[in-house]
Amino acid sequence: MARATFRIWRTSGTEGRFQDYSTEVSEGMVVLDAVHRIQAEQAPDLACRWNCKAGKCGSCSAEINGTPRLMCMTRLNELPMAEPVTVEPMRAFPPIRDLVSDVSWNFRVKPRIAKFAPRTPDAPDGTWRMAQRDIDRVQEFRKCIECFLCQDVCHVLRDHNLHEEFIGPRYLTYAAALEMHPLDTADREGALKKDFGIGYCNITKCCTKVCPERIHITDNAIIPLKERVVDRFYDPVSRLLRMFK
Amino acid sequence: MAGYTRHDYDVLVIGAGGAGLRAAIEAASAGVSVGLICKSLLGKAHTVMAEGGIAAALANVDDRDSWKVHFADTMRGGQYVNNWRMAEIHAREAPDRVRELEAWGAVFDRTTDGRILQRNFGGHRYPRLAHVGDRTGLELIRTLQDHTVHAGVTVHMECTIVDLTTEDGRVTGAFGYERERGRFMLFGARAVILATGGIGRAYRITSNSWEGTGDGHALAYRAGASLIDMEFVQFHPTGMVWPPSVQGILVTEGVRGEGGVLRNSTGERFMFGDIPDNYKKQTADNEEEGWRYTQGDKNARRPPELLTRDHVARCINRELKAGRGSPHGGVFLDISWIKERLPNAEDHIKRKLPSMYHQFKQLADIDITREAMEVGPTTHYIMGGVQVDADSQMSTIEGLFAAGECASGINGANRLGGNSLSDIVVFGKRAGEHAAQYARGHAAGQVSEPQIEAITRTALAPFDRGADAEIPYKVQQELQATMQDLVGIVRTDGEMREALGRLADYNARAERVGVTGHREYHSGWHTALDLRNLLTVSEAITRSAIERAESRGGHFRDDFPAQQSEWGKHNVKVERADDGTMKVTRIPIPPMPDELKQVIEEMK
Ligand SMILES: Cc1cc2nc3c(=O)[nH]c(=O)nc-3n(C[C@H](O)[C@H](O)[C@H](O)COP(=O)(O)OP(=O)(O)OC[C@H]3O[C@@H](n4cnc5c(N)ncnc54)[C@H](O)[C@@H]3O)c2cc1C
Ligand code: SF4
Ligand code: SF4
Ligand code: FES
Repeated sequence: MARATFRIWRTSGTEGRFQDYSTEVSEGMVVLDAVHRIQAEQAPDLACRWNCKAGKCGSCSAEINGTPRLMCMTRLNELPMAEPVTVEPMRAFPPIRDLVSDVSWNFRVKPRIAKFAPRTPDAPDGTWRMAQRDIDRVQEFRKCIECFLCQDVCHVLRDHNLHEEFIGPRYLTYAAALEMHPLDTADREGALKKDFGIGYCNITKCCTKVCPERIHITDNAIIPLKERVVDRFYDPVSRLLRMFK
Repeated sequence: MAGYTRHDYDVLVIGAGGAGLRAAIEAASAGVSVGLICKSLLGKAHTVMAEGGIAAALANVDDRDSWKVHFADTMRGGQYVNNWRMAEIHAREAPDRVRELEAWGAVFDRTTDGRILQRNFGGHRYPRLAHVGDRTGLELIRTLQDHTVHAGVTVHMECTIVDLTTEDGRVTGAFGYERERGRFMLFGARAVILATGGIGRAYRITSNSWEGTGDGHALAYRAGASLIDMEFVQFHPTGMVWPPSVQGILVTEGVRGEGGVLRNSTGERFMFGDIPDNYKKQTADNEEEGWRYTQGDKNARRPPELLTRDHVARCINRELKAGRGSPHGGVFLDISWIKERLPNAEDHIKRKLPSMYHQFKQLADIDITREAMEVGPTTHYIMGGVQVDADSQMSTIEGLFAAGECASGINGANRLGGNSLSDIVVFGKRAGEHAAQYARGHAAGQVSEPQIEAITRTALAPFDRGADAEIPYKVQQELQATMQDLVGIVRTDGEMREALGRLADYNARAERVGVTGHREYHSGWHTALDLRNLLTVSEAITRSAIERAESRGGHFRDDFPAQQSEWGKHNVKVERADDGTMKVTRIPIPPMPDELKQVIEEMK
């Protein structure tokens, strides 16, 4: 069996630094396996989050060799193993301990977005009819596993710290899923502009690149939302039309 | 004594999977104050991993379906030791719960006429599982989570309950710690709902995450409640076997529902060789008919790959023992072969089973549209759990309710795929409703200081023992190996008695485990505390399995391979005796009312 070095971010109180651990690696291993092995053999108090080990729960987000990724879906054979593999927590959020960061801000954003409000059921059986082609897009957004990797990479949050003004790509996608839901009647366009700061996004597409669910965050969610907001608030024709509605 | 913060609620829900979320929503809508606690972040519970679908007789795809057929299927699958009243409630109420999810924003796959699409699954006579590709659990938990955040529920994430508090046989609250900082918290409550999920971590190979340590089972047991059916553990036939690090991760039954077939190393579809008598009438006897069934032909019978999980798991086990396994010690599960039958098979597979495609591609370098997967049995689910009243979900302790996987009754000896997601919303709702009602009718109880002191002392003991003591991870690993080897798919009295001896030894070692460092997010400490619960459920499983001297559903005894009709009239119950030992008794199953008997007869 081969050995490899993992350079893992460890904290003690408010101080943090990288520490090297050498451990055995075998075929098929992912980064999370290595972290677990180190935890079991050398550092029982090493903190990290995980649940499903299959890319389904979005718990094990970290920055691996500087890139935001899921530890459970990052195979060692994709990484240059001759050098140490660096593993550190998501940096856009306050640190808690080792690989665990405080993502609670994300959970506070969601309740601010108006909830799903379906129209009155209109099928004879008291439910609704929806065609598959009309929900394909919404289903794409609903694949989101809330790993917050997109939030971690977005410069508006990471570098400019605009957490009060901007809800970030995850929640723009969430808003898009509601806005494009064929049954939904709520109106979030005003809030998107005013409270959720959609204008801050300058379409760098970094979020799309890191999304493990391969959601086309920018092209399919954010840009169409931006267009709606522009149509609504800046386009004189549609504004006029709405006045006569 | 260590300090703690105190929080009081009318109803406290422990667990934020589908059962806990649905219970919290219901209780809050009844106007009482509700606290909701979970070990992980919100939305990461096991429910998120569920793949195949949620079973409900909506009859959207086959109008012959009805609650009666669903009820009869559930009872047949459970080999008739189910709580028939729970099976009835479940079958009757599941369709409303699914429609309610849609009204709360869930977006299920559609039929061509725009209704909720349903797929085939093992043991269900008609296509019955509403689904979203193979990520149904994500849809379900997210819908409930998004609804909960607007429902006025107070959520405490990353918080673990270590014990319940009781007074005169009634529950008064729960005590735990927040994982982040390790600080203690006391929750006073008029009613408590356990919704803590399963026990998979008692075994080495499992589809469950670290959370599945049977906490609710053990909390209830220590508080004096009864557990039943603990011998019935479900080994899912298809878990990944390679690479080693992903061993046990689930491969959804949906693969077989979409036409996937099982083969051994000789290429034989071995499931055709062993179809149990009570399923012969409903099972295809040739490959052609089986294929037609998966493609929606209403006159075709289902292929034997879709027989119940206990049976398929044993057949795979037999192939492995006979040396007809795949290179990495599994059998082959092949969906790629459907390209012989379907144009665009590749796209079809990617659309119907996207996360399976992803999972194999990324974790095993296997393209399932081109090659077969290797799969083997994995510990998946426990049918047994807290004994509850069918209608209200109250346990044998006043004010203590249980719902979802940690409760018992609906599944009998074996759960049908898809019946858990429906179980958790049907009975989650009921538990929420009845707990709220109970809370309204009862004043808050007292939590005594000595009780809290005792709990904190036990919780902090690993730090007192420090680094020279037993390592919690090690004891846990040995325990898992013992349960895997001695109380697994095929059981014998001798092996299980040996397991009991080892469990006693682990119990003694668990008293000596130690950790060092601070209480903040300390996984070693957490493991030390979870170990207690794992030991309790492992003992309950083993003792119940020794007691049931027959084979039925998920419980197979090599020394008693036949089913015995006398045992069909009993459940096995465990509870804590006054001297602290585990007491095992048989309890008779109440007779089924004639209407339900008739339903079963009609559906034979
Ligand atoms: C991979 C996989 C696929 C599955 N696929 C399907 C499927 O297709 N269809 C189907 O019907 N079923 C399926 N199942 C089964 C089903 O998902 C589970 O049985 C079901 O989700 C359990 O729900 P629950 O609400 O009872 O518990 P869980 O979802 O397990 O939630 C338990 C909750 O309790 C909390 N908790 C536990 N202990 C404590 C404690 N001590 N203190 C505080 N909180 C605690 C946890 O943090 C968690 O929030 C699948 C299971 C797995 C693992
Ligand atoms: S595209 Fe917009 S939301 Fe995405 S990372 Fe760039 S700025 Fe952030
Ligand atoms: S959109 Fe993608 S990257 Fe962002 S939270 Fe969801 S799954 Fe993660
Ligand atoms: S552990 Fe669930 S996504 Fe990695």
